[in-house]
Amino acid sequence: MNAARKLAWGLVLAVCAMSLAANWLAPAGYAKQFRESPGAPPSHRHLLGTDEIGRDRFARILYGTRISLLLAPAAALVSTAFAALVGGLAGYIGGIWLRVARGFTDLFLSLPWLFLLITVRALLPLNVSPLVSVLITFLILGLLGWAASARVLSTSALALRNSDFVLQARASGVQGPRLFLVHVLPNLKPVLYAQFWISIPVFILSEANLGILGLGVAEPLPSWGSLLRELEGMISFREEPWRLVPLLLLIVVLTSFQTLLSNEEVTA
Amino acid sequence: MSLPKMLLWKIASHLGAIAALVLLGGLLSATLVRLAPGFDADERELDPTLNAESVRTLRESRAGEHNILRFYSGYLRGAIHGDLGTSHALGQPVQSLLRERWPVTARVAGFGLLLAWLLAATLAFTACLWRLPVFEILGITLSGAFLCIPAAVLALLSVILNAPGYLAIALIVFPKIYRYSRNLLAKAYALPHIVAARARGLGEVRILAWHVLPVAGPQMIALAGITVSIALGASIPVEALCGLPGIGQLAWQAALSRDLPLLVNLTVLVTLVTLLANSGADVMIYMLRPREAA
Repeated sequence: MNAARKLAWGLVLAVCAMSLAANWLAPAGYAKQFRESPGAPPSHRHLLGTDEIGRDRFARILYGTRISLLLAPAAALVSTAFAALVGGLAGYIGGIWLRVARGFTDLFLSLPWLFLLITVRALLPLNVSPLVSVLITFLILGLLGWAASARVLSTSALALRNSDFVLQARASGVQGPRLFLVHVLPNLKPVLYAQFWISIPVFILSEANLGILGLGVAEPLPSWGSLLRELEGMISFREEPWRLVPLLLLIVVLTSFQTLLSNEEVTA
Repeated sequence: MSLPKMLLWKIASHLGAIAALVLLGGLLSATLVRLAPGFDADERELDPTLNAESVRTLRESRAGEHNILRFYSGYLRGAIHGDLGTSHALGQPVQSLLRERWPVTARVAGFGLLLAWLLAATLAFTACLWRLPVFEILGITLSGAFLCIPAAVLALLSVILNAPGYLAIALIVFPKIYRYSRNLLAKAYALPHIVAARARGLGEVRILAWHVLPVAGPQMIALAGITVSIALGASIPVEALCGLPGIGQLAWQAALSRDLPLLVNLTVLVTLVTLLANSGADVMIYMLRPREAA
C-alpha cells in the first residue's frame, strides 16, 4: 500500500470516527437552536458558528457526515446486489435473458442520471418525515444506480459462463443454482467489490445534488446535501469562509475514495 | 450488401431501436406516474363551493386515467397530434413550454460541452504530445478536483463568482472527457507500431494524425455522444440555481411541484435527445471505419 492510499484510508477513517463520535463531540445535537445567536461566527462555544436559525454548524456537519457516510455504502450495497441479480444472472443464463436485461439496462443508462433521480423522487411524496426522506433518498439511489454495474457484471458473468472451469463443472454434473452460487458468483467477487466501491462516491455526490435542489434529506436532519445548501445564500467567499467547511470535507472524503479506488479495482 | 445500403440499414436499425426504447420508456414512465402516491388526488375537489355532483363529474373525468394502457394510449394519441398535455403546476400546454425552454438548454449545454471538450482535449493532447509531467499533473489534479465537487455546488459557485452557466456545465463535463480521452490516447501511444514510429523519428503531429487518431478517434466520437447525456443532466442544477429558464429548470420546478405529466414528457424528450446523440456517434463511427464497425 503506497503512502497516498494510507493517507486516504486514514482520512476516511478519521472522518468516520468523528461522525460516529458526534454525540460526545457535539452534545448539543444537530437540531438544538441557540436562539440568542443565529448566524454567529466561529467561537469557542460554536467552533464553526451557527446557521441562520441558530443551530451549531459543527454539530450539524458531524451528524450530516454520519448520515451521508453510513447510507451511501448502504445504497451501494443495494445497487450492487441488484446489479448482481440482474446482470450476473442474465450473463450466466445468456440467450434471450441476456438480451432483455441488456435492453433494460440500456434504457436506464440512456436517461441522464439526475433526470432519472429527480423524476423518481418526484413520484414519491415530498412532504414526509425526515427519517422517511432519508430512507427514500438512499433507497432511490440504491434501486436506480444498478444499471452501469449490471452491464459490467453481465459481461463478466458471460465470460465466466464460457470459461473452461465452468465447462468442466458442467461436465461433472454441477448445474443450475449450485453452479452459479458455487462456481460463478465467487469468481464475480472482485467485480462486485469494485462496483460497490465505485458506487459510494457516486451516491455521495448524488445525495449532495438532490439535497441542494431541495429533493434530498428533509430538515431538520442534516446531510451533506442539506449542509451545502447553505452556500446558496453566500455573496462572496471572504464574507463567511467557514460556510465552505462542508464542501471541503466532501472534497477530502471523495478525493480519498478516488485514491483508494486504484486502477486494479476500477478495471477488475 | 453495398456500403450506402449498409449505412442506411444501420441508420434505420438505430431509429427503430430509438423508437422502441422511447415507447418502452414512455410506458414505464406512465406506469410510474399512475402508481405514484397521490395520483388520484385533485386539489379542485377541496373547493368548498363545489357540490357533490361537480365532485363526481371531476372524478369521472379522470376515470379513463385509471387503466394504465388506456392512459398511455391516450397520451400517445395526443402526442402524435402534437398534444403533450397540460402542466398542472404552470397551467400551460407542455408543448409550448418545451418550445420556449429548449433553445436555452441547447445553448447553455452546447457551449458548456464545447468548452469542456476544448479544455479536456487540449490538456490530454498536450500531455501525450509533449510528455511533460506538468501537463499530466495539471490535468489529473484539475479533473480529480472537479470530479469531487457536486454539480449543484459548481452551479452555486458560478453564481457567487458571477460566472456564466455554461462554464459550470463545462467544469462538470470536463473531468469525464479528460480522464477517458487521456486513457485512450495513452493506450494508443503504447501500441507497438506507434512506439516504433516514434523510435524511427516520425514527427509527433504526423504520428498523432496518421496513427493515434485513427485508433482513438472512434471511441472519442462515442464519448462525444455520451457527454451529451452528461451535459443534459448537469443542466438541471445549473439552470435551477443560476436562474436560467431552460429544460433543466423546468424539470426541477416540475419535480418540486410534483407536476408528473410535465416530468414524464421532459424525461422522454431528454431520453430521445440522448439516444439520438449516441446513435449519431455510432453512425459516424461506422461511416469513418465501416469494416471495423461492422
